[in-house]
Amino acid sequence: MKSNVKYWIWLNSLVKVTPRVKYQLLKYFGDPVLVWEADEAELRASGLCTRRTVGHLTDKTARGHAERAFESLKRCDADVITIYDSSYPELLKHIDDPPLALYCRGRLENDSVYIAVVGSRRATWYGLDMAKRLSREMAKHGVTIVSGMARGVDSHAHRGALESGCRTVAVLGCGIDTVYPPENRGLMDEIIKHGAVISEFLPGTEPARYNFPARNRIISGISLGVTVVEAGEKSGSLITADYALEQGREVFAVPGNINSYNSTGTNKLIREGAKIVTGVGDILDELKIGHNSQKSYNDVKKTELMKLSRDEKTIAQRLLNGPVHLDVISRECGMSVQMTSSILLMLELSGFVEQLPGNYYKLVE
Amino acid sequence: MYSKIISCGVLGIDGHIVEIETDISNGLPGFDIVGLGDTAIREARERVRAAVKNSGFDFPLRKITMNMAPANIRKEGSSFDLAIALGILASTGNISKSAVEKSMFIGELSLDGEIKAVKGVLPMAICANQNGIRYLFLPEANAREASVVKGLHIIPVKDLKETAAIINGESEAKCFEAVEEENQPDYSDDVDFADVKGQENVKRALEVAASGGHNCLMLGSPGCGKTMLARRLPTILPSMTFEEALEVTKIHSIAGILPRGVSLVNTRPFRCPHHTISDTGLVGGGSIPRPGEISLAHYGVLFLDEFPEFSKKALESLRQPLEDGVITISRVNASLTYPARTTLICAANPCRCGHFLDKPGKCTCTPRQIQQYLSKLSGPLLDRVDICVEVTPVKYQQLESDQPVETSAVIRERVERTRKIQLDRYKGMHIYSNSQLQPAMFSKFCRLDKKCRSILRDVFDRLGMSARAHSRILKVARTIADMDMSEEIRPVHLTEAIQYRSLDRRAWNM
Repeated sequence: MKSNVKYWIWLNSLVKVTPRVKYQLLKYFGDPVLVWEADEAELRASGLCTRRTVGHLTDKTARGHAERAFESLKRCDADVITIYDSSYPELLKHIDDPPLALYCRGRLENDSVYIAVVGSRRATWYGLDMAKRLSREMAKHGVTIVSGMARGVDSHAHRGALESGCRTVAVLGCGIDTVYPPENRGLMDEIIKHGAVISEFLPGTEPARYNFPARNRIISGISLGVTVVEAGEKSGSLITADYALEQGREVFAVPGNINSYNSTGTNKLIREGAKIVTGVGDILDELKIGHNSQKSYNDVKKTELMKLSRDEKTIAQRLLNGPVHLDVISRECGMSVQMTSSILLMLELSGFVEQLPGNYYKLVE
Repeated sequence: MYSKIISCGVLGIDGHIVEIETDISNGLPGFDIVGLGDTAIREARERVRAAVKNSGFDFPLRKITMNMAPANIRKEGSSFDLAIALGILASTGNISKSAVEKSMFIGELSLDGEIKAVKGVLPMAICANQNGIRYLFLPEANAREASVVKGLHIIPVKDLKETAAIINGESEAKCFEAVEEENQPDYSDDVDFADVKGQENVKRALEVAASGGHNCLMLGSPGCGKTMLARRLPTILPSMTFEEALEVTKIHSIAGILPRGVSLVNTRPFRCPHHTISDTGLVGGGSIPRPGEISLAHYGVLFLDEFPEFSKKALESLRQPLEDGVITISRVNASLTYPARTTLICAANPCRCGHFLDKPGKCTCTPRQIQQYLSKLSGPLLDRVDICVEVTPVKYQQLESDQPVETSAVIRERVERTRKIQLDRYKGMHIYSNSQLQPAMFSKFCRLDKKCRSILRDVFDRLGMSARAHSRILKVARTIADMDMSEEIRPVHLTEAIQYRSLDRRAWNM
């Protein structure tokens, strides 16, 4: 690590100074060491600081925090990537208020094409499936999926990318030594192994709600485009979409049922001009990422279903429109419950359907 | 002057003869009862003294000693009052000693001599019959209960005076004539499976549970019909034989929960204790042992609603009786055995808010909370549950639909047929249903063909079943095959059985 890395950490960790001001200071002074060494008069002379900011910048106790943060970063085997480093994501450098440094576990690659996939934390099965499928297919075309590792859509986006064996980047709203939400511990380990977990917050930072908008600006800032899979009226992913527009990124939205509360946000985005996503091609075409044209999703499924036996096909076809309850399948396919449930198990074993909690079944994506 | 009156005590669920010996001799006036009586028996002295006096007899002012033989067994309750009073009357010559020889007397006295109802009359009557007693004097309110026992003259009596008159031949004994009742369960005012609309898969699961005597767990959000379904399970269980009914009635008689005017409990009991119940309440016990809920549910259904809310201790105490079908309670002075062959039905919410199984997004629990809640469920007791079924709320259209639904009677017929297959198969092996199959018997009764074995292997690999699921699946598959009247277990039977183990699946643990 560089010798002045502690100064970077110090400057980056001043939460009471806005990222924009910090970035301008860095540009003015050229190096955090110089910012550190600057006295009140010099800081004033830069014309960037109010009196209060100067107070924060000259508060030398903050240096202790940086020392401790440096130690804990070493402990969790994390890198500090400064804005001057070559591995710092190129697109992120050009937003108004880039983080001066990113703490990173895993590996960031500079030449990656990043696309963000974000959405509701309390998503429906539709949202979860779409997140997974879009991520998986984009990842297959060499895209690195960026998301926030939150519950719901975010986690599924990461999983989709990992399933296709590709890289994915999680941007956290807390310190990188914190697993939030806690059930994602396993997922986080996977992401670190096959990609990177990054954060601009010091290790030990709690996942406080005011940190998340700042996190969202990085998600959109890193990416070429932001795909919102499912978002309610006040979803945090809409904030990400706003940032994306501010930063001049493409915004994509997956349409949903107009009755579904979980899709109010995405449908609104589409009405306001976001690009509609009916397949991964829509995203890749817009961003001019080469891909071989694909048959529509349902066509692929239908050809797969041809291979099944008659009863299996009847049941599988009933599931084409989304999850259905066992009793309903049985009634509508005219089979006894026990027969239906046996066939469903066989379909599950051969990887066609998936059982959801509450006796619902859906086709595997 | 010495006299002997026969009465009866209850140990466990069986009656035993108690001889009340009375000796009245000269000495300082006093009244002692020996023979390990409890407080109720010690207090009987005062009741008897007043009752004798108020019935128009003189209470002897001499030294009265009473012994309750056998003297080494504890006796309890107020049912000896009548016999004690008659002992005094016999010793003072107010009634003839020879006339009471072949009779048994049961009843509690009030101070004016009236005879009141007592608990446990049926086992006493059975005991009387077995010991060659010809006349059983008992409280009027208990007459019908005892009338189940054939070959015994049952004489209901109102008060002490009347009893003395009957014994002395001054008034005529009116034997209680049992109204011949069909030993047919009465379902008329009852619940029926036809009341339940929709929920086909749960109904099917309950039918399997009833057919093989399997314990069952229902998971579902509040108000989706778990209790409604469980309440209807007894209606599809096969009707009880006379011997079974007698045993159930005995237990209910001892517990004193027999409804008035009922001689024989002939519908299978359904017990649903509240979740605040203690372990003693559930399995029985106490310083004076009483049957617990699991014994009261003997040959019936024990329903534990809000299963995770029960105390851990109470649930743990259920394990042994569920396995053995009896519960033995050991106390310093006695060790009692109550039968406890019951089908356990548990109901639980799938998570704290209860909506995890509904459409996603409705549940407000975090995955961690859900996991915590479920881990409470999947404790050791789940080893005793063969079938786990998820209940989802019915849609309004289903409530309204007038599609024909099967009635309990139709289902019960099938269940009886399946039970008979099992009874025939396990003749002489001391087990009665598939749920009691021991692992050693699997190779004989649950043999799987090659196809089934490969399915099972696949399931364990792909769905992440735990090992304990294996034997449960085999037992349930056996039952389903029996329901299908199939000698061997076919893939379709096996797969259905596998579907009843959703709690073991990895997908569930997320």
